[in-house]
Amino acid sequence: MSDLATLQKTALFAAHQKLGARLVEFGGWLMPVQYSGIVEEHKAVREAAGVFDISHMGEFFVGDSGALAFLNGLLTNDAGKLAVGQGQYTLMLNEQGGAIDDLILYRLHDTEFLLVVNAAKMEEDRAWIKKNLPAGISFFDKSDTTSAVALQGPKALEIARAFLGAGWPEPKRNEITSYSWNCQPILAARTGYTGEDGVELFFPNEIAENFFLALLEAGRPLGLKPCGLGARDTLRLEACLPLNGNDLSGKRTPLEAGLGFFVSLTKEAVFPGKDVLLKQKSEGVKEKLVAFRVKEKGPPPRPHYPLFVGTEQVGEATSGAPSPTLGYGIGLAYVRADCAEPGTGLELEVRGGRVPVEVVKKPFYKRPN
Amino acid sequence: MSNIPEQLRYAASHEWIKVEGDIGTVGITDHAQNELSDVVYVDLPKVGAKIAAGAVAAVIESVKAASDIYSPATGEVTEVNSDLVKKPELVNSDPYGAAWLFRLKLSALGELSALKDAAGYKAQIGE
Repeated sequence: MSDLATLQKTALFAAHQKLGARLVEFGGWLMPVQYSGIVEEHKAVREAAGVFDISHMGEFFVGDSGALAFLNGLLTNDAGKLAVGQGQYTLMLNEQGGAIDDLILYRLHDTEFLLVVNAAKMEEDRAWIKKNLPAGISFFDKSDTTSAVALQGPKALEIARAFLGAGWPEPKRNEITSYSWNCQPILAARTGYTGEDGVELFFPNEIAENFFLALLEAGRPLGLKPCGLGARDTLRLEACLPLNGNDLSGKRTPLEAGLGFFVSLTKEAVFPGKDVLLKQKSEGVKEKLVAFRVKEKGPPPRPHYPLFVGTEQVGEATSGAPSPTLGYGIGLAYVRADCAEPGTGLELEVRGGRVPVEVVKKPFYKRPN
Repeated sequence: MSNIPEQLRYAASHEWIKVEGDIGTVGITDHAQNELSDVVYVDLPKVGAKIAAGAVAAVIESVKAASDIYSPATGEVTEVNSDLVKKPELVNSDPYGAAWLFRLKLSALGELSALKDAAGYKAQIGE
């Protein structure tokens, strides 16, 4: 662990301490890993609602008349499909087609866009964008002055409505709306990283603690709990949402990661890595990111555990944990394409022993309705 | 405040040992189970295994990670707590009782004096 004094803290740090959070290093930040316990928080999000501090994530604003063309030449998804007020999941690749970062791109106005990027990749993202940024396009990094929370779970929208009041323009799936709270501007996006319905709320640091504590208070009667990165990881893993640094890297393409849906190879714009992806698409990928489960009551998978067929290694886990919802070990792994079909039996090496696992259809968990 | 029974000896790596004659019973402390939280799986040593003090003897998996458990003493494993295979959550609910991990026939009783008493362990964890 890095020296605690060198770690960055969000504007909600004091609130986390008041709430008794256990804090850990994550991507250069000192963040809550849990408050009451990972399993309890995980269940709160699946059954009622949870709120996560996501202020460590980066908020980049890109604007001016050429912004759309610039972003289409930088990111994999087709930004031209975004109407004002809509967002999309997209990736930023290096020249080799590997993922620098995965992010959400929102079209706030006709020529103004918001990029929400991963905390651990913020520096790299900023450097890559600036390197590619043409003259005449403005770029503002507001990460240092912006706080954010993710309100997630079947009761999340009911809580947001109760907290923000009748005038709040509720965003539909993947939409973003603006509003104000205590005379300060807030943005609300109908997105998340848990597999549940919910909103991600962005607001200035000045009101962060008041906003967060008042939201918790408003949601408590409906079962809202503060949740840490521990539950965030198990929730996203059950939903098969990739974590950059684990399941994505500069050496893996979105096609290998099974994210082809978020890559437009038919759009006119040429983004870094597009040629590599076109070639990979026509030749087929050699390895794929698959979901797998432990078949019997065995130890949970963890990142870097190797996967075998007989004596031959056919892959390696990139994420793994016991699933609080399902009660058995689950993981994501890159495996040889011929071992990637659901139903394929593999063996996971755990501390020198072998544990039978099975490739399964993604995701592990899908919310009802 | 975690529970730190007076009659046990403690390793800096958060294991306890209860010595009766030349048999030592080993588990993890209340503080350790609280830090790990939500134990879901326990890997125990094999009966007959010879383990040196400070060597990895077991693995406890919580939701978040797999953690190595070190033997506080040198000896041969005489018994393991197989209840933990079916009920790993006992580590959280009863770390000094039902969730003992393994028993050792101790071969170096002298080394036990290097372990901490309750007060020493309490000071280590800052309580």
